[in-house]
Amino acid sequence: MRDEVILLIEQCLNGLQFGLLLFLLAAGLTLVFGIMDVVNLAHGSFYMLGAYFAATFAALTESFALGAVLALAATLAVGMAVELIAIRKLYGRDHLDHVLATFGLILFFNELVRLVWGPAGMNLPLPPFLSASVEILPDVHYPAYRLAIIVAALAVALTLYMVVMHTRVGMLIRAGASNREMVSALGINIQLLYTLVFGVGAALAGLAGLIQAPILTAQIGMGENILIVALVVIIIGGIGSIRGAFVAAIFVGLVDTVGRAFLPELFRLVMTPAAASALAPALSSMLIYLLMAVVLVWQPQGLFPVDGK
Amino acid sequence: MRKTLITASALMVSLSVSALAQHKSIKIGFVSTFSGPTAVIGNDMRNSFDLALDHLDRKIGGLPVEVIYEDDQQKPEVGKQKTEKLIESDHVDFIVGYIWSNVLLASFKPAIDSKTIIVSANAGPSQIAGELCSPYFFSTSWQNDQTPAAVGLYMNQKGVKNAYLIGPNYAAGKDMLTGVKATFKGKIIGEEYTRWPDQLDFSAELSKVRAAKPDAVFVFYPGAAGVQFLNQYVQAGLKSQIPLYTAFTIDETTLPRQGENAIGIPGAQQWVNDLPNDANKKFVADYKAKYKTAPSFYGAQTYDAANLVNSAVVAVKGDVAKKTDMIKAMEKADFASVRGSFRYGNNHFPIQSFYLQDVVKESDRALVLKTVATIVKDDQDGFHDKCAMK
Repeated sequence: MRDEVILLIEQCLNGLQFGLLLFLLAAGLTLVFGIMDVVNLAHGSFYMLGAYFAATFAALTESFALGAVLALAATLAVGMAVELIAIRKLYGRDHLDHVLATFGLILFFNELVRLVWGPAGMNLPLPPFLSASVEILPDVHYPAYRLAIIVAALAVALTLYMVVMHTRVGMLIRAGASNREMVSALGINIQLLYTLVFGVGAALAGLAGLIQAPILTAQIGMGENILIVALVVIIIGGIGSIRGAFVAAIFVGLVDTVGRAFLPELFRLVMTPAAASALAPALSSMLIYLLMAVVLVWQPQGLFPVDGK
Repeated sequence: MRKTLITASALMVSLSVSALAQHKSIKIGFVSTFSGPTAVIGNDMRNSFDLALDHLDRKIGGLPVEVIYEDDQQKPEVGKQKTEKLIESDHVDFIVGYIWSNVLLASFKPAIDSKTIIVSANAGPSQIAGELCSPYFFSTSWQNDQTPAAVGLYMNQKGVKNAYLIGPNYAAGKDMLTGVKATFKGKIIGEEYTRWPDQLDFSAELSKVRAAKPDAVFVFYPGAAGVQFLNQYVQAGLKSQIPLYTAFTIDETTLPRQGENAIGIPGAQQWVNDLPNDANKKFVADYKAKYKTAPSFYGAQTYDAANLVNSAVVAVKGDVAKKTDMIKAMEKADFASVRGSFRYGNNHFPIQSFYLQDVVKESDRALVLKTVATIVKDDQDGFHDKCAMK
C-alpha cells in the first residue's frame, strides 16, 4: 500500500510538472489569441528556438543560468521581430489567413534551424546539482531538475498573475482583451502593446523550450506536437484567460500523466492483460481530447470565459 | 491518311527506342526520413548509399545509375505515397530504404503488387517475415524480433531474474518487446508502450519502474527518442540503481548527444563499426574520410543494400526485366557484406550472428561503440515458418 501511495505522489508531481510546462506555452498563446485575435501556430517555433538558443548560449558561456537568460532575451527579440515583420499584417484578417501565414512561419523556422544548427539536434547539459535525484519525502525520490521546473514555473505563473492583475500594463492587456477599439480610442499605443505582448508570449514559449531542452534535447519540429496540447489547454481554459490557462494546464497535465500511468492497471482488472496492453496506450493518448470534449459540452466557452468576447 | 499512319508508326518507333534507352541505366528509388528529428538517420543512410556507389564506380551492374531520394517524414501515409510515386511515375527498378516498420508496412503492398523489388535497409516487421512474405522483398537488416531476442539471451547470461520492458507503441515496438520475451527466461514484471512518435517525456513510466524495483530494464527507443529516454533515465537517478539493456537505442547517430550517459549500457547488433572483415574496414575508413563522422548500423545496412542490388543487376548482365533471375541471384547474398558473410532464409531475411556492443571511452576522450562478444551465431527469425515461400 505504501508503495502505491509513493507512486501516486510521484505521478502527481510528474503531472504537475508537465502541466506547468504546458501553462508556460499556453499563457503566451492565449494572450495573443485573446488580445490580438491572432491564431499563432508558430508559437511552437519559439519553444524550439528557446531550446536551441539555450543550448548554444550555455555552450558558449559554459553556464546554464547565463545561457538561459540570454536565450530568453533572444526569443523575446525574435518574437517582437516576428510581430513587426509578419504578424502585424494579419490583424483584422480572417483566421484562416492567420493559420496559413503562421503555418508558413513554422516551415520557415524549421528550415532556418536546420541551416543554422544542422539536423542532428542539440544537448543542453545540466549543472551537476540538478542532474541527480533528491529524496523529497522518506523513500520518495524525485529528479532534482523536475522539481526545479515546478518551482520556477510556479514563480513565473505568480509573476504573470501579479503583472496582469495588479499593474498598469496588465490593466491595459486586460482592457485590450475585452475591447481593443476603446483602448486605442483612449490614446493608448495599441501597436506597441501588441508587439510587447507578442514578444512576452514568445519569451514564455522560449522559457518552456529551454526548460525542456535538458530533458528532451533540442530538436527540429519539437514545438509542433506540444502546440496541439497547448491549444487543447487554451480551449479548455477559455480563450484569452490566463487563469483559465493555468487551471486547464494543470488539469491536462495531471490527466495525461496519471492516466497514462494507471490506465493499463485499471484495464487489467476487467480484461485480459493482452487486451489491456493493446487498449490502454491507445485510450490514454486520447484522454485529454476526451476531457476537452466533455468540458466543451458542459462549458462551450471553456472553464473561464473572458467577458466581452 | 497514309501520312498520318507513317507519322504514327514513326512515333511508336521513337517510343520503343526511348523505352530501350531507359534500360541502359538503372533507376533506384530511395525512401527514408530526411526531415524532422530523425533526419540524421536518413542522412546517414543516404551517405552510405552514395559511398557504396563511389566504391562501385558510380555504376550498378556496370550501368549508370540514377537514385531518386524521397522523404517519408516518418509517416506511414507519406511513405506509401512516395513509394507509389516512385513506381508509377518514375518507374524505378528497385526501391531501397525504409527506417520505420510502420512506414514499410504501409508501403509494402503497392511495391510488391507492382512486382518492384524492394530492399529494406532497416525495418523488419514480423508480418513481412511471416504471413505477408514476398519474393519481391529483401532485407539487409534483420527481423525486428531478432536483435532484442539476442539481448534477452544476454540478460539470461547476466542472471537477470526479472525485468521491466518499455518501448514505443507501433509495429516495431511491439515486435521488439515480443523479441525479448521470446528468449528471456526471467519474469516480466512490467510492460509499457508509449505514444509514438510524439511522446518524448517518460516521467510516468520511469516512476513506475522505480516503484516496481526490477532487476533490469529493457528499452527500445530508436533515433532521437533514445537520447531523451537515456537523459531522463540518468536524471531520475535510475542508471546507478537498475541496469539498463537496450536494442537500437544507442548508435553512432545518437551517441554524440547521449555522451557519458551511454557508457556501460549494453546493446545487441548484427553490425558494429569495429567488425574485423575487410569490406567493413574499407566502409568505415572511407565513410569517416568522406563525411568526417562515424557510420551507424543504419548506414552499414544501406551500404549492403546497394551491393545486394548491384549483385542482382550483375547476375542478369543489366537486363532488369529478368526479375526472377535477379531474385534468384539476390537469394545467394553474393556480395561482401560489411557484417561478414550471411545467408538468406526462405523469407528473404538474413540468417546472421548478433554481437554484444558496449560504449567505451577511447583515449582521445571520444566515445565509441565496441564489439564485446558474440551473443548468438547464425540466428534465424522466428517467423520464417509462417512464410509460404520455400
